[in-house]
Amino acid sequence: MSDIASAFSRGKAFIPFITCGDPDLETTGRIVREMAAKGADLIELGIPFSDPTAEGPVIQAANIRALSGGVTTDKIFDFVAELRRDVKIPLVFMTYANVVFSYDPERFMARCCETGVGGIIIPDLPFEEKDEFQPVCRQYGVDLISLIAPTSADRIAMIAKEAEGFIYIVSSLGVTGMRSEITTDISAIVSVIRENMSVPCAVGFGISTPEQAAKMSSFADGVIVGSAIVKQIAEHGRDSAAPVGEFTAKMKAAVI
Amino acid sequence: MSDKKGRFGVHGGQYIPETLMNAVIELEKEYEHYRNDPDFVRELDDLLSRYAGRPSLLYYADKLTKTLGGAKIYLKREDLNHTGSHKINNVLGQALLAKKMGKTRLIAETGAGQHGVATATAAALLGMECVVFMGEEDTKRQALNVYRMRLLGAKVVPVTSGTATLKDAVSEAMREWTTRIDDTHYCLGSVMGPHPFPTIVRDFQAVISKEAREQILEYEGRLPDAVIACVGGGSNAIGSFYNFIGDEGVRLIGCEAAGRGIDTFETAATVNTGRLGIFHGMKSYFCQDEFGQIAPVYSISAGLDYPGVGPEHAYLHDIGRAEYVPVTDDEAVDAFEFLSRTEGIIPAIESAHAIAYAMKLAPTMDKDKIIIVTVSGRGDKDCAAIARYRGEDIYE
Repeated sequence: MSDIASAFSRGKAFIPFITCGDPDLETTGRIVREMAAKGADLIELGIPFSDPTAEGPVIQAANIRALSGGVTTDKIFDFVAELRRDVKIPLVFMTYANVVFSYDPERFMARCCETGVGGIIIPDLPFEEKDEFQPVCRQYGVDLISLIAPTSADRIAMIAKEAEGFIYIVSSLGVTGMRSEITTDISAIVSVIRENMSVPCAVGFGISTPEQAAKMSSFADGVIVGSAIVKQIAEHGRDSAAPVGEFTAKMKAAVI
Repeated sequence: MSDKKGRFGVHGGQYIPETLMNAVIELEKEYEHYRNDPDFVRELDDLLSRYAGRPSLLYYADKLTKTLGGAKIYLKREDLNHTGSHKINNVLGQALLAKKMGKTRLIAETGAGQHGVATATAAALLGMECVVFMGEEDTKRQALNVYRMRLLGAKVVPVTSGTATLKDAVSEAMREWTTRIDDTHYCLGSVMGPHPFPTIVRDFQAVISKEAREQILEYEGRLPDAVIACVGGGSNAIGSFYNFIGDEGVRLIGCEAAGRGIDTFETAATVNTGRLGIFHGMKSYFCQDEFGQIAPVYSISAGLDYPGVGPEHAYLHDIGRAEYVPVTDDEAVDAFEFLSRTEGIIPAIESAHAIAYAMKLAPTMDKDKIIIVTVSGRGDKDCAAIARYRGEDIYE
């Protein structure tokens, strides 16, 4: 069992995402500490991948910035170990299957366990392929977070029954990125999940404003925001901690 | 052959976002239905023969054979198909399937532009909308094919992300598919991506070896000693190999694009230089760094400029049934020119990689041996680039 449940124990959770090493790990460290101080309940740390097929242009660009800055999986584990000296809130990784596979899944999960990373989100690892990593995740107490999409339909119950940590509900079709409107019936998805499993549900993809966050959190247990934060990092670079912290405070206040 | 649940040994699988899972499950179900539906099979056969011009010739290249002075060389002339390459075999199958599934829009990736042109052609014929994703770099290398696609009514989207080549076009087509699934079929052009694509594309391309096997038995009364084809993702190669896999005496040789050489970073020879990984929906071999970041590969051939290889090829390599050999830019360009001069056949630069290896192999074999080389496409599209390679600017 990971520490993820505690992120949902103080009301609705606000879950920001950032790409590690964008533009460098020192900046990532400052942003993470600032977000934690301003009310983030759980932080999703992206390990960059050269070809992130589930991402829109904003996060794609962050992946490129991070990799061209020289960040690697090894450096990120060292960074998280250092971060853990004072950052106590739950952390999860978000990365692509090949990053874990090439590192050696057992070594990867062992280091997650050592550094206190409680879960991992792998957007290109659907239910049918989760045996690729699930056994080592279990062995090291790392929750393999399941995703449910607007197209999941008859698959929701099957996925929910085996979910752990929390369920990531993908709010919209397409890739990550800000959207003016979210039309998927999130509450219908949540109620099917609830019939099958008692696990927190967080909604992500396309959420960028406090209004959207408020609305989405009324249907679920938490709200995930990525592109809207990464866009600010693209704009402010090494000086991103303050504006991202402010944004975090606003979003946390909006989730109800 | 182990292809249960879309696996070829350890390779294959369905490593894609949840958003696409019901789409590939539906595709698998519909394909299983239609492949056994006599009306569908008849309609497709009819398109292949009356529209695409099948069967393609198996041509005995007498002059090439005599010049090289070894094994007899037959050329499987996929370049003579409508649209100028083997790509039409798969596209007509998938487009017809998509239409039966009620889809009204086809999206596709393309490298050299041959698959894009074939998809645009099928869309025009069947009255479907078509959007083709093509790396911006490739739109420059293959400007003629961009124009052909537009002429056929397709929209061509230049992809600027990553290395702006084939892998980025695949990524972008996958992203587009997650955005719009209801009315859209992703007409994947090679034996790659998530199950069921590697199987569907292989089945539609297997017509190459089905014909070649019958033709060689008719002409020579026996099977060939070797079958040679170029490999990017590997669709013409798997099509050329498939009906010979059970014939142990037939060597199956895939020619990978070595670019400037497999000892350089400027190469796209995946089996020769890559490692096992997971990307673009499949487990297979990929060119990548030690942390699993996909490598920016290089080949003069836009169609072979891909950092991965289809899972069935990875499996045929693992079990030692097929060999995968590297062929450099220089060797391919020499072969491009050599075949043009000796036989009056201008091959696609992709196919020239297979010709190049045949030129090495044939002289080492006895005169009573037989090689079949697949000429996967014609080379008109490459003339400007090859001229440039030789330091000549023929237009612009």
